[in-house]
Amino acid sequence: MIEVKQVTKVYDQFPVLNEIDVCLPEEKIIAFIGSNGTGKSTLLSIIGRTLEKNGGHVYIDDIELALWKSQELAKHLSILQQAQQSIVRLTVEELVGFGRFPHSQGRLSQEDQQHINRAIAYLELDHLRTRYLDELSGGQRQLAYIAMVLAQDSHYIFLDEPLNNLDMKHATQIMKVLRKLVDELHKTVLVVIHDINFVSYYSDHIIALKEGKIVAQGSTDEIIRPDVLKEIYDIEMTIKEIDGKRFCLYFE
Amino acid sequence: MTMLKALTKQKKIILLTALVLLTVCLLYLLPQLNASNYQYFLNKRGTKIIAILLTGFSIGVSALSFQTITNNKLITPNVMGLESLYMFIQTFIIFIWGSKELSMMTSYTQFFLSIGFMMMASWGLFNLVFKKENQDIYRLVLTGMVLGSLFGGLSSFMQVLLDPNEFTILQGKMFASFNNVNVSLLGISCLLILPCSYILIKDRHALNVLSLGRSSSINLGVNYYRLVKRQLMMSAVLISISTALVGPITFLGILVVSLTRKLLNTYRHQEMMIEVTLLSGTFLLAATYLVERVFSFNTTVSVIINFIGGVYFIYLIIKERQK
Amino acid sequence: MGGDTILFQKYYRTIYLIAFVLLAVYSLSIGVQDFSFTALLNGESSQLTLAVISRLPRLASILLTGAMLSVAGMIMQSITSNKFVSPSTAGTMEWCRFGVMIAMVLFSQATTGQKVFIAFIIALLGTMLFMKILQKVKIKDQVMTPLIGMMLGSVVSSVTTFVAYRLDIIQNMSSWLQGSFALILKGNYELLYLGIPCLILSMIYANHFTIAGMGDSFAKNLGLRYEHILFIGLSLVSIMTSIVVVNVGSIAFIGLIIPNLLSMIKGDNVKKNVIDCALWGAGFVLICDIFSRIIIYPYELPISVVVSVVGSILFLFLIRRKKR
Repeated sequence: MIEVKQVTKVYDQFPVLNEIDVCLPEEKIIAFIGSNGTGKSTLLSIIGRTLEKNGGHVYIDDIELALWKSQELAKHLSILQQAQQSIVRLTVEELVGFGRFPHSQGRLSQEDQQHINRAIAYLELDHLRTRYLDELSGGQRQLAYIAMVLAQDSHYIFLDEPLNNLDMKHATQIMKVLRKLVDELHKTVLVVIHDINFVSYYSDHIIALKEGKIVAQGSTDEIIRPDVLKEIYDIEMTIKEIDGKRFCLYFE
Repeated sequence: MTMLKALTKQKKIILLTALVLLTVCLLYLLPQLNASNYQYFLNKRGTKIIAILLTGFSIGVSALSFQTITNNKLITPNVMGLESLYMFIQTFIIFIWGSKELSMMTSYTQFFLSIGFMMMASWGLFNLVFKKENQDIYRLVLTGMVLGSLFGGLSSFMQVLLDPNEFTILQGKMFASFNNVNVSLLGISCLLILPCSYILIKDRHALNVLSLGRSSSINLGVNYYRLVKRQLMMSAVLISISTALVGPITFLGILVVSLTRKLLNTYRHQEMMIEVTLLSGTFLLAATYLVERVFSFNTTVSVIINFIGGVYFIYLIIKERQK
Repeated sequence: MGGDTILFQKYYRTIYLIAFVLLAVYSLSIGVQDFSFTALLNGESSQLTLAVISRLPRLASILLTGAMLSVAGMIMQSITSNKFVSPSTAGTMEWCRFGVMIAMVLFSQATTGQKVFIAFIIALLGTMLFMKILQKVKIKDQVMTPLIGMMLGSVVSSVTTFVAYRLDIIQNMSSWLQGSFALILKGNYELLYLGIPCLILSMIYANHFTIAGMGDSFAKNLGLRYEHILFIGLSLVSIMTSIVVVNVGSIAFIGLIIPNLLSMIKGDNVKKNVIDCALWGAGFVLICDIFSRIIIYPYELPISVVVSVVGSILFLFLIRRKKR
């Protein structure tokens, strides 16, 4: 269970998050939406402890973030942000192997190796395992990073804009993998995604931010409505339903 | 033969470098030895080799660690002006406390005082730079270089105040150089290297993870801030040791770390640390050999190293791809 | 804008000039040998000789050095359209020293003129090499440029030191490492006056440099020959730097901070600023020199030490400010 209480973040005296309170449901794909600069990624980073908060508390399984041992927490929660360019060259297999660090502290056991193999297979990267990351396309590289997070084998998986700059094929492949993680492996996945139709099609639960506050939250059906979206994005949207899935049209 | 085949490519390169280093050591150690003078020569040359190997380890390893924690291939503590800071602190200590013969060479107290100040400075660097989000790395380097020249200026300023007539001679007296290795601090340096090596061995896996970048390493359970702080403190001690023993050699670190990355092509710090130590030992010893035997002291080791290292640095910048 | 500010702007140059003259007069009066203006006016010949042989040459070289170095910096910043470039951060100074060394090797008794000429040629070639490297670098970052320049400079320096050690002229060379006005006397500084035509040329070409800084295609579009302007600019920078290095020694940071301070206060119009730039540069060196002479009187600090301390502090302040 993840609970966020009164979380505040300030950049140069400018509040980005304003006393956020939220309680996240389990075993769902939870999407954070909102316009640029509303604090989605900031919130995700704070819960994922890569960014320090200025006030409030985050409880992961009833323990405050600051009280977790970093190594223990890494077994429960993983976060993938836009990958920095690394100064070392790594192969896909080496990268995925890093996912086992919280469990093995660098010395890979037989069991770790199995986790690595499973993660690579899950993302269908077997043919790329010995390739270097800088030789891959952006989409393949993103898949490799997701495989690393998968090998980490945590219950909570956070992804910050995982579809950025990806083509449609890789974007849908990634979303399908996330779906499988929730449906088959019972993980809880938190994502920040810009494309509202990806959110509508794949997610179970939506949390919408605007000006550093949560303006709407609820199941996908409750949020993907013209009036709610108008409130979130300040634009008119038409919602069409095809085969029981809702699609948002906002090009007019 | 079968044993060699079992080794990885990295281990073979390390072995090869070790052999080269050994050869250079012998080349340096053995000539003109005979029954009557061997004790004197072995003693003199041996101490120098030990000093050089210690320096090589200090500079190489601190540069490697620094690049990993800043996630940038163009930065080393020396480029950031830490050597000039050490020399500034030395001058400052003499200036404040005074010293009758104006010679720092033997004083343990002053050595430890300098190390203390260096660690404080690293602490400041940590709070100024690493605690902040989104640091501009090139601006940081430029700031470091300018700080270096500021400390240089302040040092000569105080030297002039100490002795307006002979301040250039003073500089030679106060600081070690390759022609004037500070032997009296050799023992204490060896001792100080021990805790540093312990930290490195302990942190080697965490450093591997750190090369993925800050957020990935936090994700993987590395206690980022504690690790960075510890590594910075260690670098401060190592730079103090190398500067105290043989004086500043700005571009050695960048040269050997880049070469190591190129040769080994690995993320594993356990292997890179051995290779940088061997490589910088080789470079320093070869340069010393050239200076003493080929140019017969008509130049200095740092001139040779700075030339090779500087050219290599420019080459690296030109090659570095836009992010 | 308040009335005071406008008043200040109107009279600023007058105020500045008055302060400038006062400082210059004060500069004349300090030194180990007693010197008084009343005595000079009373026609005491010893005082006149002192003024003509030592004090006046010193003052002239201070003013010319400051003016030339800061204008050279301004030209480089216009051409590269980068605020962090100057003769000392582009390696030009180090190339000059290299040139001096070559001159000393070629002619065992090199005259000042020969040294300046060879230093100029080498500095020009070296600075052009720097521009070539800049075009090759793929990281386009304002701060990257001075970084490359300083690295290049240190490589050149190490070659200079190497050769100087080999040929045993390191003692003669080291006077070019640290700039100092202490040895300026009548008869050994006159080449500095070559700087005056250079400064005038810089003023004439000032606008062209700004346009060249916008890039090759932009300059061509306005009907200017880019390579041509680049060559004139770099030649002016190289000759002014060489003159200073040979006669006074290297002094870092002036070319960097004066134009930057100026553009912070008065905006970026090179044409208007060249004169101010020269004046400010002269004033800055004047103040630093006075400081260097009185702080440990009767001894003297090398001017380069004072300038590098004051200059690097100002520069750090600039880097922080430029952060937006």
